Amino acid sequence: MRHIISILIENESGALSRVAGLFSARGYNIESLTVAPTEDSTLSRMTLVTRGSDEVIEQITKQLNKLIDVVKLIDLAEAVHVERELMLVKVKTMDETREEVRRLAEIFRGKIIDVTSSSYVIEMTGPSDKLDAFVAALDEESLVEVVRSGPMGMSRGEKGLHL
Amino acid sequence: MELSGGEIVVQSLIDEGVEFLFGYPGGAVLHLYDAIFHQQKVKHILVRHEQAAVHSADAYARSTGKPGVVIVTSGPGATNAVTGIATAHLDSIPMVIISGQVGTPVIGSDAFQEVDMVGITRPCVKHNFLVKDIADLAVTMKKAFHVATTGRPGPVVVDVPKDITDPAIKIPYVYPKEISMRSYNPVVKGHTGQIKKAVDLLLNAQRPIIYAGGGVILGNGSNELTEFAKLLGYPVTNTLMGLGGYPATDKQFVGMLGMHGTYEANMAMHESDVIIAIGARFDDRVTGKLEEFCPYAKIIHIDIDPSSISKTVKVDVPIVGEVTAVLKEMIALIKASNITCDQKALDAWWSQINKWRDVDCLKYDYSEDIIKPQYVVEQLYEVTKGEAFVTSDVGQHQMFAAQYYHFDKPRRWINSGGLGTMGFGLPAAIGVKLAHPDADVACITGEASIQMCIQELATATQYRTPVKVINLNNRYMGMVRQWQEFSYQSRYSESYMDTIPDFVKLAEAYGHVGMKIEKPIDVRPALEEAFAMKDKLVFMDFITDRTENVFPMIEAGKSHHDMKLRVAPGTPIDRELA
Ligand SMILES: Cc1cc2nc3c(=O)[nH]c(=O)nc-3n(C[C@H](O)[C@H](O)[C@H](O)COP(=O)(O)OP(=O)(O)OC[C@H]3O[C@@H](n4cnc5c(N)ncnc54)[C@H](O)[C@@H]3O)c2cc1C
Ligand SMILES: Cc1ncc(C[n+]2csc(CCOP(=O)(O)OP(=O)(O)O)c2C)c(N)n1
Ligand SMILES: [Mg+2]
Repeated sequence: MRHIISILIENESGALSRVAGLFSARGYNIESLTVAPTEDSTLSRMTLVTRGSDEVIEQITKQLNKLIDVVKLIDLAEAVHVERELMLVKVKTMDETREEVRRLAEIFRGKIIDVTSSSYVIEMTGPSDKLDAFVAALDEESLVEVVRSGPMGMSRGEKGLHL
Repeated sequence: MELSGGEIVVQSLIDEGVEFLFGYPGGAVLHLYDAIFHQQKVKHILVRHEQAAVHSADAYARSTGKPGVVIVTSGPGATNAVTGIATAHLDSIPMVIISGQVGTPVIGSDAFQEVDMVGITRPCVKHNFLVKDIADLAVTMKKAFHVATTGRPGPVVVDVPKDITDPAIKIPYVYPKEISMRSYNPVVKGHTGQIKKAVDLLLNAQRPIIYAGGGVILGNGSNELTEFAKLLGYPVTNTLMGLGGYPATDKQFVGMLGMHGTYEANMAMHESDVIIAIGARFDDRVTGKLEEFCPYAKIIHIDIDPSSISKTVKVDVPIVGEVTAVLKEMIALIKASNITCDQKALDAWWSQINKWRDVDCLKYDYSEDIIKPQYVVEQLYEVTKGEAFVTSDVGQHQMFAAQYYHFDKPRRWINSGGLGTMGFGLPAAIGVKLAHPDADVACITGEASIQMCIQELATATQYRTPVKVINLNNRYMGMVRQWQEFSYQSRYSESYMDTIPDFVKLAEAYGHVGMKIEKPIDVRPALEEAFAMKDKLVFMDFITDRTENVFPMIEAGKSHHDMKLRVAPGTPIDRELA
């Protein structure tokens, strides 16, 4: 099953490589990983998407917790949560297709954030499958570049990941 | 007090009460060595290879319970230390390794003798630090000792760039008395509800067994384990790392379990209905084929590291906690309980175990013509009255040592179990002897292993550590040859060396006493003579049977009840129990 693991980790150099190294050394897979400092600049928050059986996920969370720099973590899949991913897409545009691309972006609640005579850059956020659907809906020929942040998430309600 | 970075490192070692610093100098640590020169409190032991520095410090830690401390220079000094660090890591040994690093301005520029020590050691340490600011140095040293020695112990590397130790830059020195880290809070006390559940399960068991490992030794829990086992009257087995955690000569002890464990220990594991694992990590050398591991048992597991629990074998009652604290609580609960164990079932269980014991799986044929390695270990046990500290290398001799030297006390059996590092034995013996100058220290080794750190014979001369080297010389990498005999139709590919040095001359060259023993009848007197030479390192080269194998053996992929024995068991096994 797919799991989203959110981690609060000391904002020290090398912290990211400890997490990444753990995954490669133990043969766990990482589908995506995002990391940035939090409102407390001594802490970074990482969101990691991985897949595995319950036993594997249990080992992953235990091994992550064992890293000395990891302060706290939660497996978002254990409770109701929201998740969002950010995507930027660059598409080639021609006079005939310009309007169609714009309409499509609108339907998916994307924003056009850069325009040239021959291209658009579209910004879009949402659950990962919505982003997949948008990319699939675009004409393959016109697709120039796609960059995705990987999902981030938060549990709903009062529950949260903080100190 | 204003100190330079180099002085801060050394002063923090003094403040930690460090007795010995095992190391080897070089460019990046010259400032540190100058600070070492200016003090008398911490004694530096100059080894002949950085790997040995780590093994010596590691064995010092294993034999005393105090952290071992090492200093090496950057680049090749640091990489030479890695095998030792990984060895300590896999056996959870508390250590602090200080490595020199190139100056901070040139880090990352492929400077002379630069390696990314933090990167290289990340997978084989409990934690590591790169100190980038002299202001962090004292706190980092404190954290290093704290992390190394608490929770599940392990090695911690502190990588110190040369400019941080510059004698010209001094700052006020305060060594923190205590430290707390928000990201690191090891559990001590076990969950009371789980402990109660475990005690219930234990008291209702019909065929119980206690499977105790290295965690009992690391957590100083031998007394509690013994009291616990005595209270219940249940059989006890130890892992290779747990030997000495329960007195081997006690009648409840059924020997080591696992690949080269005893018949009775493995059969009892296989047939048991309740297992309590205490500070043991279900290593593959212990479990054999996982699908067939202990098919009838409910399993309780006490371990300080949550990730050891249900890692390979799913357990029924996990208890995360410190072995001593948890056992104390269990003992109190058992004493207070109004349930008592089913004595009839227990008697039947013991009579079954005794039948397995009658197989006498460690029996071997004494020979008058050729020295059996087992015989040497047995005689060593008698001559040292079971009181010696025994270090070992890796191979058949290690298994013979584990099987035939009966350890009644913890921290006496010092070996590399997890990594299985050849070369460990001799530097380990030196580390132990420094910590216990009045004790007998024997290093049981093989002619291949001993050559991996043989240069330490010089360190032993310099620091007058009169250990006894028991070389079980079978002219083979015996353990490799054994596997080749069983699994590769005796194709002995590269498992022997065409030339083996004259160990007697070699020992003498280093200023020691050498002995070559070729006849069984000479074994005992030679050992007595050697151990009577209290102030001499004696290298005893025992020419042993080349073809001897270690039995019992569970071959790879087999399960506990599927053991290869030296002789087929004479006693039929009561299968009804299953
Ligand atoms: C040639 C060779 C053959 C071998 N054959 C065998 C064999 O036949 N049988 C065998 O048993 N081994 C054998 N080994 C050793 C094997 O590889 C493992 O090293 C060993 O089995 C591990 O022992 P352990 O389970 O006691 O764990 P250790 O490695 O000693 O780990 C200790 C466990 O206790 C926990 N712990 C630490 N401190 C505490 C505390 N204070 N409180 C609670 N828990 C704590 C740790 O988290 C860890 O899980 C062999 C090795 C070699 C090289
Ligand atoms: C550094 C290292 N290299 C290789 C091995 C693999 N290995 C395990 S036992 C062994 C042979 C050991 O031979 P010896 O020291 O003579 O001991 P014996 O088995 O003959 O008693 C080897 C090569 C190892 N454990 N460590
Ligand atoms: Mg040999």
